[in-house]
Amino acid sequence: MARGRLIIKEERFKITLERLSQQLIENYGNFENTCIIGIQERGVFLAERLSQTIKSNLKKPKFDFGKLDITFYRDDFRTSQVPLQASKTEVDFLVENKKVILVDDVLYTGRTVQAAMSALLAFGRPKTVELLVMVDRRFNRHLPIKADYTGIRIDAVDDAYVRVELENIEETDRILIFSAKR
Amino acid sequence: MTNTSQELSTKHILGIKYLQKSDIDLILDNAVHFKEVINRPIKKVPSLRDVTIANLFFENSTRTKISFELAEKRLSADVVNFSASGSSVKKGETLLDTVNNILSMKVDMVVMRHPAPGAHHFLAQNIDASIVNAGDGTHEHPTQALLDAFSMREKLGSLSGKKVLIVGDIKHSRVALSNIFCLQKLGAKVRVCGPPTLIPKHIPSLGVEVSYDIEDSLRWCDVANILRIQLERQDIKYIPSLREYAQYFGVNKKLLDRLDKEIVVMHPGPINRGVEISSDVADSEHSIILQQVENGVAVRMAILYLLANKRNSSKLVS
Repeated sequence: MARGRLIIKEERFKITLERLSQQLIENYGNFENTCIIGIQERGVFLAERLSQTIKSNLKKPKFDFGKLDITFYRDDFRTSQVPLQASKTEVDFLVENKKVILVDDVLYTGRTVQAAMSALLAFGRPKTVELLVMVDRRFNRHLPIKADYTGIRIDAVDDAYVRVELENIEETDRILIFSAKR
Repeated sequence: MTNTSQELSTKHILGIKYLQKSDIDLILDNAVHFKEVINRPIKKVPSLRDVTIANLFFENSTRTKISFELAEKRLSADVVNFSASGSSVKKGETLLDTVNNILSMKVDMVVMRHPAPGAHHFLAQNIDASIVNAGDGTHEHPTQALLDAFSMREKLGSLSGKKVLIVGDIKHSRVALSNIFCLQKLGAKVRVCGPPTLIPKHIPSLGVEVSYDIEDSLRWCDVANILRIQLERQDIKYIPSLREYAQYFGVNKKLLDRLDKEIVVMHPGPINRGVEISSDVADSEHSIILQQVENGVAVRMAILYLLANKRNSSKLVS
């Protein structure tokens, strides 16, 4: 793999994560009737970090935490050249009438988020759904989807690849950009 | 436990004999995800919404047919059902003509049960659609073996080194043959037990132990898969009477109580209560018969999903 260019370093990443969690606290209070759902695979890691950060700022936030796999809902299932492998879905609560915060690492074409919203409907009819992403690649959208909470906005060419690395998975928190897809 | 190849090595599921261990692992690993799906409030995913599947049943079936149909519908596939009674088969149409007529209506996959062993192989050589064997005569019933393996794996973890006993009519049972192939590929030890007339002569050549003593065999095993006495295939008398069979090979509570360990009891259904298995065993906590049925849908969803993945529709891309 070619070496990526560092766009966000550890200190800045932590500040951004802190800001995102404060924004959520501002809007959701103590997270009554709310759930945070990470999109597999890397959205889950980010969602885990986010919920840790919220818990360190708030005594007893009341949100439910879930992991959502969207493989079976992807619109490129039959056209993809690479076989799609599912991950685990762990949503052991109903989202019926709840406020949902969907979390993903990178918002790119918007297709993952679209699939996630269809997948979410299998768990009930949520009251509201908001989207939080660490990276918004704003000029590459295929669908009318935007994030409600954004870590950073990046303008990158189509075949670039943006990777969010997290301390709970990799060694350190950082965001990298690679000039071509891996 | 996760398979790294992520793709089946074959376009059809004709029998366990023709699958690699990695295929079996891939199917079982994916079935875990589908079991989660069918336990959701809305048990449906859109993965196969552009796939049409024909269920061709030339032989009676309740469980398998419903299970396949539910699996297909929960994957959002379009489904057409066909059963031999009330069809043109009765008017003398050949199998190939029947299937080709159905395929010309743009069907992508065929799930078929047929009384002739090898019918699926014949079709696979002659048509383009993916074929799933839902039972061919006394030959194989691969999806049953996979759901049995899935149920055992769920209960016991890895099957490697586990001892599995298959009791009953081994001679006529496609479930037995598929189970033997599947369990051996997964590293389990297999023993069969039944009246000598219902144990095929060649069976030890598959590397299977043979026993005629039910109590000793139950003592040996971790799992007992008890097969149905197939009344419809008893064209000549293999056993003197059902009562005698129940006496010598029927699994009942008294027998299980005499063992000094707990074993898992399975049955592919339909059950002849009081013949091969008594009601108090079939309904006991040892039995995972109903879990097998639930798992059947998840395993069949995994199979259809992976086959559709494999077909990877060039027609969509072009």
